[in-house]
Order: sequence, then C-alpha cells, then structure tokens
Amino acid sequence: MAEAVLQVRGLVKHFPLTRGIVFKKQIGAVRAVDGVDFDLFQGETLGIVGESGCGKSTVAKLLMRLEEPTAGRILFKGEDITRLSGKALKAVRRNIQMVFQDPYTSLNPRMTVGDIIGEPFEIHPEAAPKGDRRRKVQDLLDVVGLNPEYINRYPHQFSGGQRQRIGIARGLALNPEIIICDEPVSALDVSVQAQVINLMTRLQKEFDLSYIFIAHDLSIVRHISDRVGVMYLGRIVELGNEEQIYEHPTHPYTQALLSAVPVPDPEARERRERIILAGDVPSPANIPSGCRFRTRCWKAQDKCVTEVPPLAVPPALREVGGPAAHESACHFAAERDCAPAGG
Amino acid sequence: MDTLLDVRDLHVEFRTRDGVAKAVNGVNYSVNAGETLAVLGESGSGKSVTAQAVMGILDSPPGHITRGRIFFQGADLLSLHREARRQLRGARMAMIFQDALSALNPVLSVGAQLGEMFVVHRGLSRRDARARAVELMDRVRIPAAKERVGDYPHQFSGGMRQRIMIAMAMALEPDLIIADEPTTALDVTVQAQVMELLAELQREMHMGLILITHDLGVVADVADKIAVMYAGRIVETAPVHEIYKAPAHPYTKGLLDSIPRLDQKGQELYAIKGLPPSLLRIPPGCAFNPRCPMAQEVCRTDEPPLYEVAPHRASACHFWKETLDG
Amino acid sequence: MPEQLEQPNGRTSADAVGNAGAGGAMEFAATEAASIGQATAPSARARSLWSDAWHDLRRNPIFIVSALLILFLVLIAIWPQLIASGNPLACDINKSQLGPAPGHPFGFDTQGCDVYTRTVYGARASVTVGVCATAGAALLGSILGGFAGFFGGWWDALLSRVSDIFFGIPIILGGLVFLSVVTNTTVWPVVGFIVLLGWPQIARIARGAVITAKQNDYVQAARALGAGPARMLLRHIAPNAIAPVIVVATIALGTYISLEATLSFLGVGLKPPTVSWGIDISSASTQIRDAPHMLLWPAAALSVTVLAFIMLGDAVRDALDPKLR
Repeated sequence: MAEAVLQVRGLVKHFPLTRGIVFKKQIGAVRAVDGVDFDLFQGETLGIVGESGCGKSTVAKLLMRLEEPTAGRILFKGEDITRLSGKALKAVRRNIQMVFQDPYTSLNPRMTVGDIIGEPFEIHPEAAPKGDRRRKVQDLLDVVGLNPEYINRYPHQFSGGQRQRIGIARGLALNPEIIICDEPVSALDVSVQAQVINLMTRLQKEFDLSYIFIAHDLSIVRHISDRVGVMYLGRIVELGNEEQIYEHPTHPYTQALLSAVPVPDPEARERRERIILAGDVPSPANIPSGCRFRTRCWKAQDKCVTEVPPLAVPPALREVGGPAAHESACHFAAERDCAPAGG
Repeated sequence: MDTLLDVRDLHVEFRTRDGVAKAVNGVNYSVNAGETLAVLGESGSGKSVTAQAVMGILDSPPGHITRGRIFFQGADLLSLHREARRQLRGARMAMIFQDALSALNPVLSVGAQLGEMFVVHRGLSRRDARARAVELMDRVRIPAAKERVGDYPHQFSGGMRQRIMIAMAMALEPDLIIADEPTTALDVTVQAQVMELLAELQREMHMGLILITHDLGVVADVADKIAVMYAGRIVETAPVHEIYKAPAHPYTKGLLDSIPRLDQKGQELYAIKGLPPSLLRIPPGCAFNPRCPMAQEVCRTDEPPLYEVAPHRASACHFWKETLDG
Repeated sequence: MPEQLEQPNGRTSADAVGNAGAGGAMEFAATEAASIGQATAPSARARSLWSDAWHDLRRNPIFIVSALLILFLVLIAIWPQLIASGNPLACDINKSQLGPAPGHPFGFDTQGCDVYTRTVYGARASVTVGVCATAGAALLGSILGGFAGFFGGWWDALLSRVSDIFFGIPIILGGLVFLSVVTNTTVWPVVGFIVLLGWPQIARIARGAVITAKQNDYVQAARALGAGPARMLLRHIAPNAIAPVIVVATIALGTYISLEATLSFLGVGLKPPTVSWGIDISSASTQIRDAPHMLLWPAAALSVTVLAFIMLGDAVRDALDPKLR
C-alpha cells in the first residue's frame, strides 16, 4: 500500500455557544466535528459524503488550519500540523491546498486573474523567481484549460465553470501534494460539472496529487473516489473503498442515503426499495447519546442508547470476510439489498 | 384526458441595459390533470421564466411576453384582466419555490401565513383559518402541528419549511402546481421525503404538476413526461421512459451521458463541450450547434422545428434519426 | 489541450445581464437572472466596481446636478474673490438692515455688512468643516471599525461599547458642554468635536463591511495560502469593504455642515470674526420680522449645500451599493 500522506486522528471541533456580551458564559457547544479518524494515501482520492451540517466542510477547514481544532492531530507525512505556527505552518501550507465550493465568492472581485493565480508566488516568493511569475501564471491557465491571454481579466467576466478552473489553478500554483476539494462542482451546471471533474482527474494523474473530495452528490463522489467516508453528525460512520461503500454498505445511514438518491432511470422507479428516514438530522448542539444515528434508525435498540459504536470492522462481518468487512460504526452492521446510486 | 394547461409559442424577453435577453423563444407544452410534466434545463434555459409567465408573476419590466398564448382550463390567461389572474393564483394554480426560507415571510407565524390563504380567498374568519392551517400542517405531516402553528419560519428545519410551502400551495386545492426546483436546496434524505409527499398529494388531489428541475434523477423518479429546454426553447419532449432509453436530441443525450456510470469508473466522463450561450446572443440556426458533436452546415443556418419522432415524442434536431440510432 | 475547453466563442460582452443587476434590473426574475449572467462568455470590456459605478453615475441627473453644485461651492470656498469683490468684515453701521442696493443685491445685515459677500465667504467655513470633519471621522472610524471587525474578540467588544457611549451623547448638549469652554476661534475645535462624535457611525459601518468581506472564501483562500493579516486586510478585505464607508461618509458630510451651522447658531461653534452661515443665521434670527432678507440668504445657501451633499451621497450609494436601495 502507498504511503499515507495525511493521517487524521481523533479530530474534534466544538464551537462554544455563549451567552452574554462582556462576561461570556459557555452554555453548550456545537459539536461540528466530533472525533474523526482517517488516512489519505499518496495519489488517491478520498471522498467524504454527508448531508449539510454533518461537519464535512468543517473537516476541510480544520485540515487547512483555517479553523483551530479543539482536539486531535493532523499528521502530514508524520508531522503534526496542528501544533505548527508561523514559518513552519506557512511552509506546510505549500503542500496542502484547497478548492472552494462557490466560484463566485472564492475569487477576489477586485483582482485580475493574473493577480489571483500569482498571489501564491507573492506569499511564497521562494516558489518562483519574480521574473518568472507571469509565465508561470500563464502556464497554469493553460494547464486548467483557459486561454493564457485572459491574464488581465476580472473574475466576473468568466462563467462559473471557468472561475472554478481559476480556483484550481490557484490551488496548483505551489505544487501541493494534497488538494482538499470542498464541493467543487455543486455550484456548477450539469453540463459543466463533467468538464471540471475530468480536469481534476487529469491533474491528479499529471501531478500525482492526493485529493480529499467532499461532496453531497453521491454519484460524482463514486466516480472520482478510491475510498469513501460517510459522515453523520460530526463523525465518520462508515469508511471503505468505493465498492464496499456503494455495493455493500453495512451502516443503516449509508443504506438510507444511497437508497434516497434519485436514480436517472425511470425503470428503476418500480424496482427499488427506498428507505425513507423519519425526521430531520438532530442539532449538532444536542447530539443523541450512544449511537448518534439511533433517533432515525429502524434498527435501534437499547444498546444503541448507551454504547457508542466504534468505527471499526464489525467482528461478525470480519469472520465472514468479503467486501462487507470494512469499517462501520454500527452495533448491528449488516448488508442489506439496496439499489446502488449512480449505477 | 382534459388538457389543463396549454402553452403555445411563448416568447419572453428581458430588456436590459446591455440589450435584449431572449429568455424564452417559442415554448410549447401542455399538462393534463393528474399528470406530471418535468421541465428539465440548466440555469438560463428559460425553464423558470416560462413558469413565471404561466403564473403571471413575471417581473415586468424588464420581462415582456412578446408572443404566444397560455390556455388554462380553456381560458386564455394573457387576455385576462390583472384582477382575474390574481384570483386564479393560489386558488387554481399555485407555485412552490426552491428557497422556502425566503419565500415565507419571516415576521409572520406559519399559521398566520397558511390561514391568510383562507381569509383572502375564502373569506374565513381568523379563527377558522387557523384551524384550517393546523389541518394542512397535519396533512403535510408536520409533527405536533397544533403546537407549532404559532412558530415562525426560521424555527423549522429546511425540510419542514418546504413542507409548509407545499401546504400553502395545496391549501385551496388548486388544479395546477408549479414546483420550481422544490428539493434542490434540501439534503438527499429529506429530498426523498418531500418528493414523496408531493407526489402523494398530487395523486390524491388529481392535480397537474409541472416540476422544474435540473436533476435527471428527480425527473426519472416522478415525471410522466419530460420537456428538455435549452436556450429558451424546448429541444425535446417525450414520455419519461422513452427519453432515458433513447434520447432524440444530442443535448439530452449529452446530459444523460455525462452522468457518472459504474462502467466508466476511472475513465473520463463524457462532457458536453463549451458553455451555454448568452441569451443576448443566441447562435443562429440551432442554438446548440456550437456545442454539438453532430453539427453540420444546416445546423448553423436553419433553426430546426420540433420534428415528430414518434407519437407524443418530438425533437428539435435536424439529425434526430441519427441521434436516436445512437 | 486534452478535454473540451470552455473557450469563449467569440460572442463576447456578456457579463451583461449579470451586471445589469447593479444597473437597474434588480427586479429581473430572480433565478434566471443570476443564471443568465452565469451562462455567458467573458466580455471584452473589463468593468470593475468603480468603473461600473462611474458608468451609472454619469447617467444619473441627480449626481450631475449635485456634483456641479459642489464643484461650485468648493471653488468659491477656495477663491471667494471669484464672485465677491467686497470684504465680508468691512461693515458700515449706517447701512444696518438696509434692503438690496446696487452692488449689494442681498442687502445689509444689522452690523451693516454686505449679506452677499458674507454669504459667499461663509461657504469656506462650511466646506472646510464638512470636508475635514468627514475625512477625520472616516479615517478614524474605518481604522477602528476595520480592526474591530477583522480581529474581533475583546478588541471588538471594547470598541463597540466605547462607540455606544459616544452614540449616547446628545450631540447638541455635548456641543454646548464641550465647545463652550473652548476659546479658540478657528474651525478646528468644531472639526475635532464632530470627528469625536461622528466616528462611531463610520466605525459601525466599517466593522460590518469588514465582517462581511472577511467571510468571503477568497479571504479564506488567501489564508490557506499562508497570507498574513496585513495582506488579507489590505489586499482582500479593504478594497471590498470600502464602498459602504464611502457612501455613509458622503451622506454624513452634508449633515456635518448643518451640524456646524447649528452649533454656530447656538453660539458654541465658530465664533466671529470667522464668517459662517450659522453665525449669520443666528444674528439674523432676532430680526426676522424687520429684515427677513438677512436670514433668507445664508439659510438658503446652507440648505442648498446640505442638500447637494446628501443628494451626492444618495447617488453614490445607488451606484456603489445597489443592494441598499
């Protein structure tokens, strides 16, 4: 197996809820990320899926050190980056870059495309000698499939898909090893999404990038990912390779999620069995005891109220082996027939 | 079957500072009672503008209906008096929006907003209206409706707010519902709940439903027939089963092909090249020609009419036969 | 290039409809409007916010009228001799309260000074106070408010409380108390007082604008690249937060001019021998029955000036910040 470039251990982010203006009193916490562990291997794509509020975007911000974790470690090639600051942090940032969701707010409207893509070189002058920068920016534009002559234009002169390419070029500028993509295509039109996904796949091969691909669109995640983690209320509830998660899910939440995805095949309408979950996701400020999915789970029993299921290969499934034997945080993990998404 | 709504040769343009944006360029579609028509298109395809023209909520200026007719239960809506159209809205035709939070008034309780419908259109007293509001909330399966009728929109989750929007649209049992991306803003699991509710109420009340969406999956799940729009025109219409099996327009085919499929894992996705055109400058001939893999000289000069491909199927492509054959 | 590129197809210029949002088609059907803008190829014209605003302003008659008026005011504030040949302080008590006479179209005041000359010379005080006080308040307010919004935390809490305290001071009462002890007859004590009470308003706006700009992904992107606070603030936040501050400052300028007149009227603002509309209005007000012309001209000049600045502020706001409309 390839080397793990990024190891995440026990990552936690709680946002305190306070009352009072001058004398702040903490009255609770939003547990946005509540104990996340995973590895990212060299050259692979790890997909993270989940519904809004599950904490997947906060994970992205924590990995980028845009938010300070409450607890846990993020190891980049063995070095804990949560402890770094100043110069050392700046140096690590060259290796981990991000592509944002919204191509309309992620580019400064007052800067030209050349300034936006060239900014990484201004912040890290050692990355490119001054005279070389303009040519480098043009190369980057070319790499992401934009005309290098656009260097003096402003972001609003581009379409959403083109802006996303500009954002990708900025992310690539410093030759990072890891790119964290937070919903990179969900703001784009269907016909443009495929173009951007193809670009990202090509760049991954060309530059040997490792991706963390965060999205709610299950079929796109399936297409691009080698492994997939399913998040629910601040935790990864199931983690495995793409086939294990999509064809052999063992966590009830994953099963419900996959069954709810509308399939672009009218024939499947009659065949498939949908699991319609009851109710809404509980508030991350008030997470249920034991298994956090139990309030919406049809399998829930007393054990689920009291015991937190660990994210591990369930012993019963380990004995059987096969693709169902992968990490799943459920006391009663078991395979169940459900129509695959995007299949 | 009765034709509930019949849109004929509708043209809408927006006169803006930078020129005339031709948002809708000759749209024809019809919906029968009890039927679901999905209007599929990307942003800028004119799908929402058409719906706004039907509802009579097009902002004018800058929007202008320049040609066409809209028949609703036999009456020509565009010749109706403004007041008569207002009477129709809510009572006979209703609309569900994508963003329930901004479509609901934040300073009025949901009970008051639901009850308002009965006060205005049915002349009920405030008290009776409130009782009806609770009934409606029950009907769209909002738990503890009685206790929550006095709550404000922000106190509900996204899925619950969309249910309230549906309740509002259904309040006066209209004959036609237009749902503009009703589940786009919702999470997958909640989306499924809401779509199921909508489909169920539609069946129960035998309404016509126009579902505006960009999601091929949602369409396949609920629609009876489908109209694919591109640059303000309908490029293909068909019963839903047939279009997924064998699309007759290269644009539809491109959309279907660009959905990630299992057997393409690790390969390049099919992508329609280029960008949707600016509505200020729609290419001459077939609007799709600059992006079309099959485009010939004729596509750049002659605008294709809607050819009848099969009964109830039409395609605006000169080469629909070739497209159908794959 | 490998896959299909989104090259522009020669049909340029079409941020058009998207931009029209700023121009006047806000009411453009909401969903499709955004999308029409999106579904466009890059345009040949590069339009930044400023050039877009300028494009709007040039076509706005309110802007043209107010800008011409202000230009005229500034000119006579600098060179009153351009249109008034007399000396505002050369008075002849014998002509006290006389009506218009040849060479003296507005008549004379109680002291026998020429009302026309005094009205023209009064512009200097008003414009000086207005411009200096606005500049001071805008500078102080945007720096303090900007830092509060950017750094947040206790610095923000402290600043918000302090500005609340200043907001709580009744402006006239404050003026009467602070300025009555000042003996300096220049415009500077008045300017200082207005800055002192005016900055919190600007600070609030600046703080809000910075907080809004700070949340944009491009600021996060800069941070992710390793940018320091100075770069984020100067390069990414300030240029995107300055528009609302400019708008509020322009409108405030008009109100500061009228505030100066009010304070001078009450006898605590500018003091003779400085020539000011407020002083003249004050001294004329007791004689309003006998010699209304003494009041009419400085009061009219004041109203027109304040109106011009407020109209300019309105026009600038419309151009820079269509959302506020």
